[in-house]
Amino acid sequence: MIVELGHFALVLAFLVCLVQMVLPMWGARVGDDRLMGVAEPAALAQLGLLIVAFAALTHAYVVSDFSVANVYANSHSTKPLIYRISGVWGNHEGSMLLWVLILALFGAAVAAFGTNLPATLRANVLSVQASIALAFLLFILLTSNPFARLDPVPAEGRGLNPILQDPALAFHPPFLYAGYVGFSMAYSFAIAGLIEGRTDAAWARWVRPWTLAAWMFLTVGIAMGSWWAYYELGWGGWWFWDPVENASFMPWLAGTALLHSAVVMEKREALKVWTILLAILTFSLSLMGAFLVRSGVLSSVHAFAVDPKRGVFILAILMVFIGGGLTLYAWRAPSLRQGGIFAPLSREGGLVLNNVLLTTATGTVLVGTLYPLALESINGAKISVGAPYFNATFVPLMVPLLLALPFGPLLAWKRGDVYAALQRLMVAGLLAIGAIVLVFALVERGPWLAPFAIALGVWVIAGAISELLFRVRVGNADVAEILRRLRNLPRSVYGTAIAHAGVGVMVIGITATSAWQSETILTMRPGETTRIAGYEINFKGVAPSDGPNYREVIGLMQVSQGGSRIVELAPSKRQYNAPPQATSEAGIHVALMGDLYVVLGDEAGDGAWSVRLYFNPLVRLIWIGAVIMFIGGALSLSDRRLRVGAPRRVRRPTHAPAPAE
Amino acid sequence: MIAGALAVLAVAVGLVLMALSESIVFFHMPSDIKAKAIPEGQRIRLGGLVAAGSVKRGQGTDVEFAITDTAEQITVRYRGVLPDLFREGQGVVTEGKLEAGRIFRADTVLAKHDETYMPPEVAKALKEKGLWQHGTPPPAVTVPQPAAEKK
Repeated sequence: MIVELGHFALVLAFLVCLVQMVLPMWGARVGDDRLMGVAEPAALAQLGLLIVAFAALTHAYVVSDFSVANVYANSHSTKPLIYRISGVWGNHEGSMLLWVLILALFGAAVAAFGTNLPATLRANVLSVQASIALAFLLFILLTSNPFARLDPVPAEGRGLNPILQDPALAFHPPFLYAGYVGFSMAYSFAIAGLIEGRTDAAWARWVRPWTLAAWMFLTVGIAMGSWWAYYELGWGGWWFWDPVENASFMPWLAGTALLHSAVVMEKREALKVWTILLAILTFSLSLMGAFLVRSGVLSSVHAFAVDPKRGVFILAILMVFIGGGLTLYAWRAPSLRQGGIFAPLSREGGLVLNNVLLTTATGTVLVGTLYPLALESINGAKISVGAPYFNATFVPLMVPLLLALPFGPLLAWKRGDVYAALQRLMVAGLLAIGAIVLVFALVERGPWLAPFAIALGVWVIAGAISELLFRVRVGNADVAEILRRLRNLPRSVYGTAIAHAGVGVMVIGITATSAWQSETILTMRPGETTRIAGYEINFKGVAPSDGPNYREVIGLMQVSQGGSRIVELAPSKRQYNAPPQATSEAGIHVALMGDLYVVLGDEAGDGAWSVRLYFNPLVRLIWIGAVIMFIGGALSLSDRRLRVGAPRRVRRPTHAPAPAE
Repeated sequence: MIAGALAVLAVAVGLVLMALSESIVFFHMPSDIKAKAIPEGQRIRLGGLVAAGSVKRGQGTDVEFAITDTAEQITVRYRGVLPDLFREGQGVVTEGKLEAGRIFRADTVLAKHDETYMPPEVAKALKEKGLWQHGTPPPAVTVPQPAAEKK
């Protein structure tokens, strides 16, 4: 009964979407307030109905109702409660339901908090938002119904793929989807702006918080996925340039560019046409990501078995929204008025450079991801594009970006003084040079470029701090004055500096672990000892153990350093009973300088086991960097000037003090 | 400024073309190796089904198995830990170089997340040969499950 209620709510949500798509846009066209007024209650009703549908499916999972095909295929009664719940979105149908739920959540947020938006803009935005939801609801109802029943009812479910039974992965999809879907707001605003033929600073002020929120979720979602891949898959890597990973990374890159270009549009009314295009492209890349992941057209280590028919449907959705968006753009964009002229060396110029480099980098990732598909359809050759391609194209584009990054916030709008900025970054530059010398002195092996990459990270962090110090006039004012200025600095300035510092932290982590990772693969008999990165690892043997829904063999590893025992690691090989599938659980010892990472391999005969050991220096900084970026974003989001409904244009004396001109 | 943007774009296009010409890896099935006369030493991906009964463990972490597309079979040598879902009779993609005597020296055995996942290249190649259809288990899956289950 509850299941049918969920299905019914889903169908109702579809109908509500239809109303929400047609009436408000019509109302905005003819200027009818009552028709436009349909949008808000419809958006809220849509959210309510989808909550009912989602709750119904969750209920079926929690009580293990195996009469529902989706529950039967992806759940099992012995599974712990948290994985029964996360199992709701750990499969295709459920994850699409989560997708539309989050979509509705964003739409409802506009309806509930968008009271200060112009009425026509709000009606158009909600209408476009509803059209996206409509397409995906149709997709769910026609090809991926999560509420389909089974007859006869099976006694037991097939279980969730064991590698998905993991805390980080339980929350990875919701964050990722909140990011993907969050960019739909930017898209809806862009389309609404094009329909009205009017976009201005107020438009950008509205788009920015949504884009920022989506970007924050996507940052954390990607970082969580990377963290999960790192400890759960037992390969010791954190990023593989795999198509599925790239699918989430491209919207992130484009979204980062959008975040920065929207600043220019809000503050200076410049880059309008470009920002609108970027908003359309960012969501298009999100949709393409959904297509690549859900259709299985690309060979991926993260891909799951899929039904190819669904891919065609998503491809159709993709074509309608990307094609439609770009056509409208081509038609209407020339009528948008450009404002704000600026010199190349200015804050705007810096943000343009940021955009050029980020979008070009997105382009290289896109080419590398889609090239195998293109080549196969042209001459049938099957190829793969791997990490060497991305390292050779993506990394060179990031170097100038990171070099230029600290300059941006120090340049004034309209016309900046690079020489003055350079003076303010003197200390940061010296620190970076110091880092090169220090790393060369301390590390004897590894690529010679690595110390420079570390220095780049230091440069970005020190640059971000220099900017804050300059803004509070350290060196030019007394302590009381500095403290007063620190208090009065807008949160978005802190947010920017913190997020930029997070990038620097991540760069250091990526460089260190890529350049100086140690790896050993060997077979060990009980009692044998091996060494890696200053640790001695003594293999004491294996012990069987039983979990709630698996059996495992645990390898007992005593880790010592310089003769003193540090920790006992227990990497294991698990055999899950439903579905019957083997997984490896790595044993990880986290220390200040890096992770010791131990994987138990297969039994190699007469009591010996193959064992894989890694030492990943500073690898945690990668995810810590992502968290710092998230915190920076959150601080910016909480800034009064960005907050929805805040009075417009509160100028503060300390904001953007013009450097000497 | 537009010139600057174009310069960045030009550099990027150059990088992309250079990287694509150097770092793409072609995928082949065992039959292609013979038919297309793939030279030794060229980095390729070799995919197909792990031949039943072919997995042999050697010294240390050395392992040898055969990849088959039922017409041809190639012996693969690999040093390292095989992915959790590596099974005889199932689809697999390896990356490495062909050595003298038609031995494939793999340095990577691609992992997957899910028992029923078949890499699209393998799936397509098998379908073209009429050996496999979507939704059905791969042809050799009836082989008794190997050692990994015996704990």
